[in-house]
Amino acid sequence: MTTLNSRVPEGPIKDKWTTYKENIDLVNPANKRNIDIIVVGTGLAGGSAAASLAELGYNVKAFAYQDSPRRAHSIAAQGGINAAKNYQNDGDSNYRLFYDTVKGGDYRSREANVYRLAEVSGAIIDQCVAQGVPFARDYGGLLDNRSFGGVLVSRTFYAKGQTGQQLLLGCYSAMNRQIARGKIEMFNRHEMLDVVKIDGKARGIIARNLITGELERHSAHAVVIATGGYGNVYFLSTNAMGSNATAAWKVHKKGAFFANPCMTQIHPTCIPRSGDYQSKLTLMSESLRNDGRIWVPAKIEDAKAIQQGKLKPTEIAEEDRDYYLERRYPAYGNLVPRDVASRAAKERCDAGYGVNATGEAVYLDFASAIHRYGSEQAKIHGISNPSKEKITELGEAVIEEKYGNLFQMYEKIVDDNPYKTPMMIYPATHYTMGGVWVDYNLMTTVDGLYCIGEANFSDHGANRLGASALMQGLADGYFVLPYTIGAYLSKDIRTGKIPTDTKEFDEAEKQAQERLEFFINNKGTHSVDYYHKKLGLVMWNKVGMARNEKNLKEAIKEIQEIREDFWKNVKVPGELNEMNVELEKAGRVADFLELGELFAKDALERNESCGGHFREEYVTEDGEALRDDENYAYVAAWEYTGKPSEAILHKEQLEFKDIELKTRSYK
Amino acid sequence: MDLTLKIWRQKGPQEKGQMVEYKVTDISEHMSFLEMMDVLNESLVAKNEVPIAFDHDCREGICGMCSLHINGEPHGPDRGITTCQLHMRTFKDGDTIYIEPWRAKAFPVIKDLIVDRNAFERIQQAGGYISVNTSGNTQDANAIPISKHNADLSMDAAACIGCGACVASCKNSSAMLFVSAKVSQFALLPQGRVEAADRVRNMVAQMDAEGFGNCTNTGACEVECPKGISLDNIARMNREYLKASI
Ligand SMILES: Cc1cc2nc3c(=O)[nH]c(=O)nc-3n(C[C@H](O)[C@H](O)[C@H](O)COP(=O)(O)OP(=O)(O)OC[C@H]3O[C@@H](n4cnc5c(N)ncnc54)[C@H](O)[C@@H]3O)c2cc1C
Ligand code: SF4
Ligand code: FES
Repeated sequence: MTTLNSRVPEGPIKDKWTTYKENIDLVNPANKRNIDIIVVGTGLAGGSAAASLAELGYNVKAFAYQDSPRRAHSIAAQGGINAAKNYQNDGDSNYRLFYDTVKGGDYRSREANVYRLAEVSGAIIDQCVAQGVPFARDYGGLLDNRSFGGVLVSRTFYAKGQTGQQLLLGCYSAMNRQIARGKIEMFNRHEMLDVVKIDGKARGIIARNLITGELERHSAHAVVIATGGYGNVYFLSTNAMGSNATAAWKVHKKGAFFANPCMTQIHPTCIPRSGDYQSKLTLMSESLRNDGRIWVPAKIEDAKAIQQGKLKPTEIAEEDRDYYLERRYPAYGNLVPRDVASRAAKERCDAGYGVNATGEAVYLDFASAIHRYGSEQAKIHGISNPSKEKITELGEAVIEEKYGNLFQMYEKIVDDNPYKTPMMIYPATHYTMGGVWVDYNLMTTVDGLYCIGEANFSDHGANRLGASALMQGLADGYFVLPYTIGAYLSKDIRTGKIPTDTKEFDEAEKQAQERLEFFINNKGTHSVDYYHKKLGLVMWNKVGMARNEKNLKEAIKEIQEIREDFWKNVKVPGELNEMNVELEKAGRVADFLELGELFAKDALERNESCGGHFREEYVTEDGEALRDDENYAYVAAWEYTGKPSEAILHKEQLEFKDIELKTRSYK
Repeated sequence: MDLTLKIWRQKGPQEKGQMVEYKVTDISEHMSFLEMMDVLNESLVAKNEVPIAFDHDCREGICGMCSLHINGEPHGPDRGITTCQLHMRTFKDGDTIYIEPWRAKAFPVIKDLIVDRNAFERIQQAGGYISVNTSGNTQDANAIPISKHNADLSMDAAACIGCGACVASCKNSSAMLFVSAKVSQFALLPQGRVEAADRVRNMVAQMDAEGFGNCTNTGACEVECPKGISLDNIARMNREYLKASI
């Protein structure tokens, strides 16, 4: 049985990474030319890793299911990327970034990894600027910063509302340079279906060419998984439609432990679902909560009338509104943290007070902000006795200046003018803190198999602060993995090319082939989406924002039933050896149907509330999350044994030597 | 609402394609265009027919994956948006909608509505980068101040999502708007100036080799571009190219 060794270097936290780098074995440049590395996924994590490894001299083969690395899900990130540069001279430092991240993660991340992340964060910005990433600048020509939730300093770098896009284009261009040099071989529209292990080491993958449908064998001395998060297990999420868990789940089945699957972030301000046909959810920046007030009708008959379209929000009198966040959290009001705001919205909607046709939305109202700003402007401009219309006009101008692009985006999707009538918002699944377990080297429990970016688990604990996922992806790919993988590969310089005509490759390919054939030949009755939606509903209702023992036990049973039915009755039209989108989806949903169960099992095991994991049984007297450091300050790393229900739990005890464990209080 | 759809079906690159008519009913005006396509595909799967292949991923207007020529316009009738952001309220009950893939020699059809945009990849590989190593040994980010004006212009050019609507809208299938956006982003920054001449020469040469047509300043690309990439970039690229040639 594999045991867990986090391989965190000895010594003071500030010196760990430096000492580590000084003491590892290096690979001579001439030998690097004889070593192949496979990188699966070319988002920020995989793209930056592929570019850096190729630049060092390794032969890199990179894979992505889109037609170009530039389209990876990372492109959608809007807000920004953190770095401890202290350009604003407001007291930022590596230690402070480290501290905020560990605390923000509710003390369930690994100290040493997070410190290293903070330590390399500054170099990320230098790197990206050198690459031509057009970050926002102030009038003096220097880089601009904004601040983000959960911190007291201004350390977030941004490129308009398109930070993820610009950072991804930066590492994509670094990749292009290496593709042109022949050091990266890029396999677009390819999906990894399995990892191949030889003598206990990861030595290659089976990939499907999504255009021809052919299965391909690719060998390498090491394999890097950078395939992003598994939020689409909920069907509806803010993730791109194709985001999936297949690669992470397949390596789990081949021996890589899966850590903290239940730790998922639900974001409170998304545009709500409008009907059963809905395919995904769109995030609205959290900054809106600075000025918007959140409410639902206080009377159930008003709520019903609104749901049926018989009443407008503006027709509900002030005293008939329930500003439930202000009521429940007088100190923080509308600015409570993400998880609290999300749960409170769900509670009201579950009670029947939702404000759209599906009953799953609450109002985010700017009317009082418009009035407040308008009156202020009137004073500033010396307008005495301004009319109501004048105040509204002035106030709307201020709001437009601050949030104009968001309001416009909202209006396009919902076809409602948010200046005139309150926005509707609802929480949505956004980011997965859990993932493949890795040690300090970013290596999984399988030798030579690495996992980076959102696909791994290490840096964010039970909750991720804004602007830190982009930072982690690029830190892993540009600055951490290139060192740690070298230390491993230094022992492989005499191995030579790994052949693909071995029994291990035969076996893995055969299994993948049989599974695909099953889908095509099954001729069942229900579409893949039918099952995905069913799974999503169970996940959302019973393994969503708030969990309890009874629901989790039911969820496990229901997921098993859906899975059984799926393997009997799923229908996939089309053929094997052609582009077949339904077939691609079938494989992904099959994996979600197993991951979902482990997710629920993990949630059931963790008898505490922390970050994105909220157990209704474990709350303080005033309804806040109740963490249990005594019994649960560990990483839950699951070992696969044939069935998700029989996975074995391994615990990595978390040590907090440099930060004192404290209750996160928002009151 | 109920709609008649005339959709291009093509089994593979070598196969002959044709327009096929489909009916969809009960379409909500709140659906996005791609959700309407999902509904149609669900009904095809139910009938054991092969669903219609189309490209998409983020469904938020940023990845550049979705395409679709709708009633003769790339990304459909609305301005400044991608197909995934187009909503059915733009259409009326009883409408007939024509849906085709991007048409350009350099974008061969892979299947149904999906085309191969790898020509764009190769153009970028020809020089769409700054030759800096990712070693972490770059100088401090604030060592070279960049005027806000240029940084903003560079950002505007960098906003291109590589969707290819500019090519699809152009009567000559020219890729000038796309290539000029890339060239401009780097040319406007001190970091990118060093190899600006080589970059523009190589990228333009690759663009020609891929079989894109010439630009005759019609401006259809700018009108149809979902990200408002401006024709000024083409002018800037032409200047850069001229400078590089003398
Ligand atoms: C709307 C939105 C806004 C966000 N805003 C922010 C923000 O402001 N700041 C921040 O820090 N974070 C933000 N995040 C989170 C952040 O964007 C992601 O966590 C991060 O980009 C993930 O990067 P990644 O490289 O790990 O994975 P991804 O970018 O998801 O890349 C995954 C890659 O894997 C490939 N892939 C997947 N499966 C396979 C397979 N089986 N075979 C082959 N290839 C495969 C894909 O093609 C892709 O290339 C946001 C997320 C969303 C959804
Ligand atoms: S220039 Fe506009 S239309 Fe052309 S690829 Fe870029 S975003 Fe698309
Ligand atoms: S699906 Fe990403 S831009 Fe339309």
